[in-house]
Amino acid sequence: MDVELRGITKRFGPIVANAEIDLDIRAGEVLGLLGENGAGKSTLMNVLCGLYTPDEGNIIIDGKPVTFDGPGAAIAAGIGMVHQHFMLVPVFTVAENAILGIEPTKQVDYLDLAAARQQVNEIGDRYGLQVDPDARIEDLPVGTQQRVEIIKVLVRSADVLILDEPTAVLTPQEVEEFFGIVRSLRDAGKAIVFITHKLDEILEISDRITVLRGGRVTGYGDPKTLTEQRLAEMMVGRPVRFDVDKAPYNPGDLLLEVRDLTVLRANDEIAADHVSLEVRSGEIVGIAGVQGNGQSALIEAITGLHRPVDGTIIFDGQDITNVSVRARHAMGMAHIPEDRQRTGIIGDFTVAENMALNSYYDERYAKGMSIVWPAVATHAADYVADFDVRTPSVHAKASQLSGGNQQKLVVARELSRDTKLLIAAQPTRGLDVGSVEYIHGRVVAARDEGDGVLIMSSELDEILALSDRILVMFKGRIVAEFDASKQPVDRNAVGLAMAGSAPRAAA
Amino acid sequence: MVAVQNISRQTKIGTPADRRARIAGIVLIGLALFVAGVFSAAVTGDATFRLSRPTDVWAVPNLVIPAAPFNYIVAAILAFLGARQFLRGGGKWTTLSLGIGLALAVCAFLVWATAGKAFSLSGMLQATMVRAVPLVLGAITGMMCERVGVVNIAIEGMLLAGAFTGALIGSVLGGVGGLIAAIGIGGLFGLILAALVVTYRMDQIIAGVVINLFVLGLTSYVSSQVFAEHRFLNNAPVFRAFKIPVLGDIPVIGPMFFNQNIFVYGSLVMVVVATYYLFYTRMGLRARSVGEHPRAADTLGINVYRTRYINVTAAGMIAGFGGAWFTLGSVGRFDENMTGGRGFIALAAMLFGRYHPVGALMAALVFGFADSMQQKLALLRTPIPSEFLAMAPYIATIIVVAGVVGRTRTPAAGGKAYIKE
Amino acid sequence: MSAKASNDNLTQNLLQRAAPSRAEFEDLVIVPIFAVIVALAVGALVMLATAVDLPTIGRSYIALLQGSVGSLNALSETLTAAAPLVLAGLGLALGFRAGLFNIGAEGQIVIGGLAAVIVGFSFAGLPWFVHLPLALIAGALAGALYASIAGWLRAATGAHEVISTIMLNLISYRILDYVLRQPFIQREGRADPISRSVLDSAELPQLLAWIDPNLRVHAGILVVIAAVVVVHWILFRTKIGFEFRASGKNLDAARYAGMRASFTIVAAMASAGALAGLAGANQVLGVLDRASPGFSAGIGFDAISVALLGRSHPVGVLFAGLLFGALKTGGRQMQVDAGVSVDLIGIIQALIIVFIAAPLLVRAIFPWGFRKPQTEPNE
Repeated sequence: MDVELRGITKRFGPIVANAEIDLDIRAGEVLGLLGENGAGKSTLMNVLCGLYTPDEGNIIIDGKPVTFDGPGAAIAAGIGMVHQHFMLVPVFTVAENAILGIEPTKQVDYLDLAAARQQVNEIGDRYGLQVDPDARIEDLPVGTQQRVEIIKVLVRSADVLILDEPTAVLTPQEVEEFFGIVRSLRDAGKAIVFITHKLDEILEISDRITVLRGGRVTGYGDPKTLTEQRLAEMMVGRPVRFDVDKAPYNPGDLLLEVRDLTVLRANDEIAADHVSLEVRSGEIVGIAGVQGNGQSALIEAITGLHRPVDGTIIFDGQDITNVSVRARHAMGMAHIPEDRQRTGIIGDFTVAENMALNSYYDERYAKGMSIVWPAVATHAADYVADFDVRTPSVHAKASQLSGGNQQKLVVARELSRDTKLLIAAQPTRGLDVGSVEYIHGRVVAARDEGDGVLIMSSELDEILALSDRILVMFKGRIVAEFDASKQPVDRNAVGLAMAGSAPRAAA
Repeated sequence: MVAVQNISRQTKIGTPADRRARIAGIVLIGLALFVAGVFSAAVTGDATFRLSRPTDVWAVPNLVIPAAPFNYIVAAILAFLGARQFLRGGGKWTTLSLGIGLALAVCAFLVWATAGKAFSLSGMLQATMVRAVPLVLGAITGMMCERVGVVNIAIEGMLLAGAFTGALIGSVLGGVGGLIAAIGIGGLFGLILAALVVTYRMDQIIAGVVINLFVLGLTSYVSSQVFAEHRFLNNAPVFRAFKIPVLGDIPVIGPMFFNQNIFVYGSLVMVVVATYYLFYTRMGLRARSVGEHPRAADTLGINVYRTRYINVTAAGMIAGFGGAWFTLGSVGRFDENMTGGRGFIALAAMLFGRYHPVGALMAALVFGFADSMQQKLALLRTPIPSEFLAMAPYIATIIVVAGVVGRTRTPAAGGKAYIKE
Repeated sequence: MSAKASNDNLTQNLLQRAAPSRAEFEDLVIVPIFAVIVALAVGALVMLATAVDLPTIGRSYIALLQGSVGSLNALSETLTAAAPLVLAGLGLALGFRAGLFNIGAEGQIVIGGLAAVIVGFSFAGLPWFVHLPLALIAGALAGALYASIAGWLRAATGAHEVISTIMLNLISYRILDYVLRQPFIQREGRADPISRSVLDSAELPQLLAWIDPNLRVHAGILVVIAAVVVVHWILFRTKIGFEFRASGKNLDAARYAGMRASFTIVAAMASAGALAGLAGANQVLGVLDRASPGFSAGIGFDAISVALLGRSHPVGVLFAGLLFGALKTGGRQMQVDAGVSVDLIGIIQALIIVFIAAPLLVRAIFPWGFRKPQTEPNE
């Protein structure tokens, strides 16, 4: 099945997300769709899978123009999408998720789960995607959940598979395995659209490449002749530097010492299992790992948001295991939280209020019981200017800012005072290249000025680019440590550790 | 590679579960002391529980319990359970022990209150089932809504609307007409709730509260404006109990489940139907997917809005039926605000029943028991002031909500409007 | 121009406030006005449906107006009725701002009023400037303690405050029944549950008795004005107010910012309860003179509407309370003049809230009153 998109335009109010985009998708071929965050890739694919109606332009399948009045119509036409954020119901089983929307039934609307299981097993056998049909999604690792997503699309006998940033949650080895699946699907005659912002991956897997920037197509390419540098320029619109400038590694005093820290999840499962680590001033320690291996719980325990059940945390010579968030903050611990929308900012509050969100009580802002708002505003204006947060006014609501500027706001709040230790969780997730560069620069600057930095990210490239030392977490434990201060660390070795395979002493 | 740390070690750690177990142990031991000190020490005579009426086909002899010895035994069992929890409790035993302990304590209380007197246990169980009707129906209403991601605080208003309409239309068209109208009006308010929260994206809690206020205002207005003058409009026939042959003659169980009116049978049928619908049908699977992950459902072509509309409207019809119980099922007359907070107790029953119809029935029976117990105990003239007995169902509700919440898995999308992109 | 100067310039620009946008104006002014109009229109429809003829409907709305603002006495009654609504409404607004949907004002009024009455008839011989504040404080304190139960349950166990406060409302009625029958509280020689009378030294004095002794408006409105100012100050000028608002908007972000969620919840509930308790004290010390079953008269439920209509803003609550006070007194006049039950007011109030809480609905009914909404991208 071949699909052509012709002149697709999609607007949201005054913002043009897609402008006159042409795209050709062909059976038996992997089309790489490259673009940075916010370039309009997801919007375009949501148009193709029927979630959005385009304002202008046509979708043509095998020569005939079609319109989709909803996702159901697109599915019926044979288009299936694996979303970046999985669209699986966590409390349902694999089989229930696979057949949701096209359920086999018997009399009185009775759900025929036996038939569903059989379908899942058949697809699994045919494409090498074995999964237990009765396993509950929330009990499965993310790699397996992704398989379920693909099974889900195949159960609907889709001929076009759209894969939106599918490798974001995988280890390097899992990516290789995943590429194997993609190739076998392609060889089975499926048309694949592979969406990513990772240059090496798109060069490896694609047969053709289309690059988007600012909602427009900025280039087409042949992966055999293109270089990463050239692709990056097409994607960002200017030459991009891949490395980060750092002063020589010169660690100072021991700043943070975590000993045998054990943290539980809400359901009493162990999230972090006897974790020990150290951070010195003037170094960046990176925590690598596939999402859901206890990194978040570890960060929450160190920052005081979650009480550990065992172990100690010593910061700047003091035992802070049972000390409040605020006291840690006052001691010079800064925290860029994982999910800025949910935990970093309050969207309905102004930029100024957000700037004072966790230090409204200190002498910069407060006098007795009351907060001195003019002081908050002038300080906020200084920090906004300092950290290049693009906002019309400090009285604008934070929700009106773009993701990159919201994150800069968080970074400004955390680094605009005297800090000793910066804890950054997924500091650049979902940001455009410019913001990523800026935030990386700020993090490195903090380290060069003598702060200790503990950075957690599921983007291995980010960890590799920034860290002086790398710790790998797997199933709640730190399973490996790498010294990155002298020579670059072997990406594959880190990847193996992320997958939990036992590292060898000689490696 | 520099170092490899942390080979997992087995250490005993103080988990929240252990803490819960210890707290449960303390509670149980406290109960034991209370039963021994208050319900056993100063009590004499036998407690007589009637299990059937003399006219019954299979009459069962009365249950005669020597009060003090029985309660001392209960206290001992409680103490044992408590000590066991405290010393090495945990896991599923915590909840189970606590449940058994509370049930035993209630038994001890009943024995204490009845000591030296006679008390119709089968009568109370029958009343328990009757009083559970609006609760179980209300709980199923709440469940149907929350399973599709709509928090329904308006159960109270829907019950009240059903009660009012049942009385009004029942007075004009007779019982069946009243019942159908009550179901219809419940559905109408379900539809209104759906429109407010789905289409107009009103905050779900506010929408529910407002519907409650609106129904209260409307029914109070009409009953003072119209019913006060035209009494015949508020005088509906009542559905009488009818015995199901054979089953109705079983001692204790028979009168409770099989010698009741259409509302009790209707509730029991609804429990079965709702269970089948939610967990064994295609529609139910889709409904639950909408409540757990509406975006996922949307990407699969399931119409989130329509699913919410249909389920919330259907749920409203169930509440309307439950509301009719207040008038057509008991007195035939509507009084202002006669539901008296039962819509909210039903919400607690839904939580306690873990969003499952069968669980909701069990929970509703517990609340119905508390409700009928306070009524019957008033007849026994216990030293406890009647006002405090009357608080029993409310306090039970608070305890349940406090004790169960956080350990019940609620549908993930509950309370949030879904904005289609 | 130096770099420093241009940076200062930038900072100055950043400090500018945007002029209030059209959307804010629509939200704060147009929506409430439409809400009241539509609610009155639907109220008329309800009357039509219950066989009230058109002239009577007209007469009842005229009576509504006259009875609420048509005379000095009407104004006095409106203020008297508004006072507890504003007080309890302020409490609820404070809770809403902190993300707590407390519908327990009714119970808090009962308990607060009860405490105020007990203090009010005890302690004979105290001078008024000691006795009256003491009685008011007792009311506030009792309301605060009663509300903290729900706050504590929420903080410690996660029990939703909607259910627990409603149960506490129902429990408060039983407590009232019980307490009023106790010999040291029940009025001598009475068999029905009714309390002794508040001593003169604890009464809120009438303010306009020098014009006409029938003008009931009392010093409680001074308490109301003070409460509006204090709540405004707390919410928007203090650290704890910032914590309330942050927790209400985004509990996770507040927690991450080091605010103590449990403390905030209990403190917000206690403050809300204190204000509702004051409302109860205001009733017994200023209007009723004693406590009897049902003396709370649904004020706690009306206060929910007041807080919602006032957009949980102290000044908004003040105006909303005045409107609802006017509806209440006007409704009484309506019943007398036109024979339309005062319960109609309940319907109108509920409808006002529906339209306030669902601006989209108002927009759908009156598309010409609003500028076209612009959709935002979701990416």
